[in-house]
Amino acid sequence: MSLVDESFELKELQVLEGHADRVWSVAWKPATGFDGVPAVLASCSGDKTVRVWEQSPSSGSFQCKAVLEETHTRTVRSCAWSPSGKLLATASFDATTAVWEHVGDDYECVSTLEGHENEVKSISWNASGSLLATCGRDKSVWIWEVLPGNEFECVSVLQGHTQDVKMVQWHPNMDILFSCSYDNTIKVWAEDGDDDWHCVQTLAEANNGHTSTVWALSFNATGDKMATCSDDLTLKIWGSDLLTIQSGNGSAPWKHICTLSGYHDRTIFSVHWSREGIIASGAADDAIRLFAEDGDGLVLNNPSHNGCDLEFFVVDEPKYHLLLKKDKAHDMDVNSVQWSSAGNRLLASASDDGTIKIWELISLAGDQKPPL
Amino acid sequence: MTLGLINANPVVHAKKKRVARPLDDPHADDAVDPLEIYDIVRDIRDPEHPYSLEQLSVLSEESITVDEKLGRILITFTPTIQHCSMATVIGLCLREKLKDCFPAHFKVDIKVAPGSHADEEAVNKQLNDKERVAAALENPNLRQLVTECLYSSEL
Repeated sequence: MSLVDESFELKELQVLEGHADRVWSVAWKPATGFDGVPAVLASCSGDKTVRVWEQSPSSGSFQCKAVLEETHTRTVRSCAWSPSGKLLATASFDATTAVWEHVGDDYECVSTLEGHENEVKSISWNASGSLLATCGRDKSVWIWEVLPGNEFECVSVLQGHTQDVKMVQWHPNMDILFSCSYDNTIKVWAEDGDDDWHCVQTLAEANNGHTSTVWALSFNATGDKMATCSDDLTLKIWGSDLLTIQSGNGSAPWKHICTLSGYHDRTIFSVHWSREGIIASGAADDAIRLFAEDGDGLVLNNPSHNGCDLEFFVVDEPKYHLLLKKDKAHDMDVNSVQWSSAGNRLLASASDDGTIKIWELISLAGDQKPPL
Repeated sequence: MTLGLINANPVVHAKKKRVARPLDDPHADDAVDPLEIYDIVRDIRDPEHPYSLEQLSVLSEESITVDEKLGRILITFTPTIQHCSMATVIGLCLREKLKDCFPAHFKVDIKVAPGSHADEEAVNKQLNDKERVAAALENPNLRQLVTECLYSSEL
């Protein structure tokens, strides 16, 4: 099934209302949304609260199951579930990161991480759930070790960015950390032995990098490609050699593959790569756009690339095309787009309009063009 | 907080005569009129001096441009001096004052007039980073200053 031949539609399933201010981020709870386990989504807002929504098995609609309030004293900017789904970390403009645990019917704040000098903007758990990274306007990136009994210990404070750090994201398989910033760069951080973390690469304008604030980054399923989005109105795709990354050599260099320009005319706040290979973007023009790689099929069952080594001998670099544009996806800026990892083709979006929307990517089988 | 004023001797201009808008204008509700927007912002008080942005020529009628079709508003203001550190505060005041004044989908861009500030690019970047704007407005000190600039004329 080739994405080039197929047409798709992004169908709006539901609008989740409840937040009293703009919604900044959404995060799907891992290991939910399949095998009879209801899908769960967390959202965070300028109203200082976090909401947890659960899909009803009978009706399929999402209902607000919990409101996490009276903890953060300012905007909650982002949220992230631990890989096991047991913990939810929330980053706030109040300079703290709170960690919540599901206890009975409610969520309890079991830990508060302090240290950043001002607004914390993003959090990310590594693949094993043993490390947590945070970043903020104080230009630093912090790495915390997760200890038994919901204890967290700071193991490193990384300096290097010259401005506000907008997002941190761990590599999907390796303990390599990526950060992107108002200083227009993306930095790669790796460990050199015992808790000695340092910057191993900076992707700047000179390396075909962005020319304004980089707001977000997202990896593909195999972790050998990364998409970044920016205030410079472009999406950039970067790649690295999978084998080198996996060998544990932290300095597997990332190279620019492709720049998607001319598709957005306002800041792109969010980018997220689905397990199937579709890249979603959320922008300040209220639209959601989906992109896919040219001539490449959806990665259906087995994510391993047979003959992937050949990719690097191909003369032309992979190209990407716009799959669809959802105009007026929201009434205001789209701040976050997140694919569910459950394989149900659900996409959640968060907006300045105070709502979250749940979308389903539908294949329009009837409109299939004949193969070329 | 600096003790000395950034610009101790601003040039103060007379207020321009206000033109009354006809009340029975059929397009009064849907259209976003640049002059209406100007009316809303002209009296914002300068953060440092007891004069309005209009009186100090920081803003004029030409400061506001509206593209109805695209839903965009551009406000260009001229700080009183090249090294004005209050430029970002003026930007915050403009955004806060205009918060609920037009349809939700309208986008507002705020810039300093070309050549009017030594760090033009850096200032413009900060003025239009909505996350920075949101965080600044949650800072009690900045919030207090903005409130004074917006509402002192009503005191």
